[in-house]
Amino acid sequence: MHAPAALTFSSHALSRAALLLAPLAQHKGRLAVSVLAIALGVALGYAVQLINAVALNEFSQAVRSLAGEADLEIRGPRAGFDEMLYPRLARLAQVAVASPVLEADAKLPGRRDSLHVLGVDAFRAAAVQPALIGDARADTLDLLRPDALFLSPAAADWLELKPGDHLALQVGLAEVRLRVAGLLRGGGRERLGVMDIAAAQQVLGRIGSISRIDIRARPGADVAALQLQLQERLPPGLLVERPQSDLQRNANLSRAYRVNLNVLALVALFTGGFLVFSAQALSVVRRRAQLALLRVLGVTRGGIARMLLAEGALIGAAGAAIGLGAGYFIAAAVLAHFGADLGAGEFRGLHPDLHADPWASALFFALGVLVAVAGSLAAALEAARAAPAQALKAGDEQTAFAHLRPAWPGALLLLLGAACTLPGPVGGIPLFGYLAIALMLVGTLALMPRLATTVFGLLPRPRGAGARLALAQLQGAPGQAAVSLAAIVASFSLMVAMAIMVASFRVSLDAWLEQVLPADLYLRTGMGGDTGFLSPADEARIAALPGVRRAEFLRVQQLLLAPGKPAVALLARSFGGDDPGMRLPLVGESRTPRADEPPPLWASEAMADLYGYRVGAVVQLPLAGKLQRFTVAGIWRDYARQHGSVIIRRDLYAELTGDRDANDAALFLAPGASVDAIMRAIRAGVPGAARLEFGSPGEIRARSLRVFDRTFAVTYALEAVAVLIGLFGLSSSFGALVLARSREFGMLRHVGMTRRQIGAMLAIEGALVSALGLALGLALGWVIGLVLIRVVNRQSFHWSMELHSPWGLLALLAAALLALAVLTALASGRRALGVDVVRAVREDW
Amino acid sequence: MLVLQNLSKTYAGARGRSVLHGVDLTLAAGEYIAVMGESGIGKSTLLNLIAGLDRPDAGNISLDGIDLTGIDDDAATLLRRERMGFVFQAFHILPYLSLAQNVALPLELNRVADGEAARRTQAMLAAVGLAGREASMPRELSGGELQRVAIARALVHRPRLLLADEPTGNLDPDSAAQVLALLREQVKTRNAACILVTHSRAAAATADRIVILTAQGLREGG
Repeated sequence: MHAPAALTFSSHALSRAALLLAPLAQHKGRLAVSVLAIALGVALGYAVQLINAVALNEFSQAVRSLAGEADLEIRGPRAGFDEMLYPRLARLAQVAVASPVLEADAKLPGRRDSLHVLGVDAFRAAAVQPALIGDARADTLDLLRPDALFLSPAAADWLELKPGDHLALQVGLAEVRLRVAGLLRGGGRERLGVMDIAAAQQVLGRIGSISRIDIRARPGADVAALQLQLQERLPPGLLVERPQSDLQRNANLSRAYRVNLNVLALVALFTGGFLVFSAQALSVVRRRAQLALLRVLGVTRGGIARMLLAEGALIGAAGAAIGLGAGYFIAAAVLAHFGADLGAGEFRGLHPDLHADPWASALFFALGVLVAVAGSLAAALEAARAAPAQALKAGDEQTAFAHLRPAWPGALLLLLGAACTLPGPVGGIPLFGYLAIALMLVGTLALMPRLATTVFGLLPRPRGAGARLALAQLQGAPGQAAVSLAAIVASFSLMVAMAIMVASFRVSLDAWLEQVLPADLYLRTGMGGDTGFLSPADEARIAALPGVRRAEFLRVQQLLLAPGKPAVALLARSFGGDDPGMRLPLVGESRTPRADEPPPLWASEAMADLYGYRVGAVVQLPLAGKLQRFTVAGIWRDYARQHGSVIIRRDLYAELTGDRDANDAALFLAPGASVDAIMRAIRAGVPGAARLEFGSPGEIRARSLRVFDRTFAVTYALEAVAVLIGLFGLSSSFGALVLARSREFGMLRHVGMTRRQIGAMLAIEGALVSALGLALGLALGWVIGLVLIRVVNRQSFHWSMELHSPWGLLALLAAALLALAVLTALASGRRALGVDVVRAVREDW
Repeated sequence: MLVLQNLSKTYAGARGRSVLHGVDLTLAAGEYIAVMGESGIGKSTLLNLIAGLDRPDAGNISLDGIDLTGIDDDAATLLRRERMGFVFQAFHILPYLSLAQNVALPLELNRVADGEAARRTQAMLAAVGLAGREASMPRELSGGELQRVAIARALVHRPRLLLADEPTGNLDPDSAAQVLALLREQVKTRNAACILVTHSRAAAATADRIVILTAQGLREGG
């Protein structure tokens, strides 16, 4: 008696599965496109997430090994602070051990990358950072010898050095040779060298200066109270923080870049969702009678909706599963070829290992399923809402998605989108900006049926039966036109927005470079590292060279202004007697401080955004252990630094700090003097000048723009993927719509339309629909471009830019897409007419 | 007007199915015949061959002296456009066009001037009992009404030959009787020839004569 029951149950279960899977299996091509679209989006998002996670994980390990067992760290400006602070703090009752550290990124002659060098007191470091103690079993005194350097295994591999070899560091313009005394006992996978702190001060020319003090509190001490107690005793410009703060600060350095990459990757997934929306909506139109039959047979509205949502979930699950696998391999390939920073330079020097994170995997799998289910939602609701008796009648397809016609939901979403451009960033991330873009996209797509009805209704009656039929079809089924265009409108508008943003950025950057590079020749003491500099004697020699009309020197320092925030660049520069207001790329108003006001300071836009600097305000900067007051004389555009920079006069800086060295120089040549001759003269007349990097404004501009283009290559690639998905969607939608109309074509062939006429009709339909989609995409893209420029970029990177729309390029792109859309429509028509459309009109065969 | 001579058609495939064999038929202008036969015997194939939508393997088809087997697809399409009308079992009214636009479709294809097309469309709709419904959409109509629109569309351009394939297959008996009466009336009024393919004896009884399609060809029916 039990067996038949079991059979009944299993056959019931089978029929449900068949009901779900059969429609999907019926159109394998379109199913594959939907699955692939989701897979592509998930793969890109997951890959970016994996790469970011790996990079941050590596960085966190590096911070942990450098900080060792320290409870607190005292940090200050990059140039360091007075070492006399160390004994005062070490004597505090709550401090068990204090370990002073001198840090510098030492420039290596002939290399672009620098070596992170730490000077430590071996006796103190052994108690706080044991990983930083060199393995000096051969000669323990090497830990104290002034020429001995211990390398981490990663650094030794990178530099291809072994104990006993020598390594040259650049200090100023001179070279200092150090002996590799051995390897570090720890040090993780980061590239670093450790030496005795006194030796490091001597070698790096920083006598009496340290960069960090690591503190281990006594057992049982209240670390938070100690932190407060220490902070009170610190001079301005120094901060006491938990070691994790450094991790946070460094994570913040690249956060906006990483979030933007993630969002770009998610755009591909988002577009995939629109493709699923198109595919499912058209599938529902095609299966309208079948679904109505199921309703007649007793399936509830909820049952129909659940069935269609389950289809979406299946598509999402399949796509997400493929995407996770593909994402892992993409991440592995990117890490192998480009490193963890994806070319941004934030994680240089780390050697990451890739691990599939179960949480990230689960998150992106869920995202893939969610996007596909969301894409299926409109179709599911439409199918559930249809009246079965009406839906069974031929021609009822025209009423499908009629409920999309009201304008208010779309208008409301657009208004909400506009409102979302107003709030500021959330935790430094332009969350509302991204939300505004999403709302504008969805709002425009919701308005599409209404727009299609209006626009196609306004078109004049064309000549020719094919054209008239095409227009009538579009006027009669605007919802279907909108559905088929969703993916292409979404992807094209995002591409237009990105193109406008990138063009605006590039043109603004070019104009900025033009303004900030007025001299004939530039020289710098080195890209990598902070140990290279020009001494006052070097400066004097350069300035005195015949042919040099004017020489302006620049000193760059790093200041810590707030806990957890990245360091701010202090640029101390001379203007050669010019009005700084004329030389700097100022934005907005500027003012010259009165005689009774503090001296002027020019702040970058990031300072205005991150620290609230306003023109006319008096601000304080910690210089040489003292707070100095300045008047903000203007806000300037700084495309070179996104975390803030301030400019003060160099003579004032030297007076306040005693630091008279320089990093860069700008040379204005006398009439008739040649750049090459001056370069030769500098190399001949300045000791160590062979280590200087020279650049003409043209070269620097070209190099900067090359870097810009390379950075945005990833963006272009991700956008191209999104448009590709959109085109897939368009092609798949046209194909589905055209195949669903085979009976119509059969009838038209009977009444005397030639294949060519039907082809022309489809081409006109394709052209009209695509033209509308592209026009909308262009308009929407322009608005989104504005949001990217004025909200997302400004809040992410704190850079303003002028709006420049590359209309020529966009018109070309739109024309190419239009041509592709027409070809797609023609190909679909050819396929539809290729099957025996004559038979399609006959019920009896 | 229409002459079929020794018409044969075999479909390619593993077993090469012979559908029509030795079919002969002559149809005069104004003549209305019904073709009957069991399912799958080739009635629809016969209509496709006459319409120039398919080509016979052997035999000749001549409409008003034009040999349909000797012309290309475009020429056959033009011939169909000008001289033939079709009524289908499933109506095949374009859902996105109004009734008037549906009926005017053959006039549009035949490049009849707009004013003349509107006048003839209006008259044709009135003739099938749908006067004043020009602007209605197909979804507002019943099956019988839709088939009336189809008849109007089939005759509006004054074809010489009307091909009707099970035109009452989707209709209730009352509507079927009305449609058949209308079809006959319009065909006779316009002196068009008509071939009605049907399984229904009642429908066939409205024709001038009945022919039965068999595996051996056409033979006169009852």
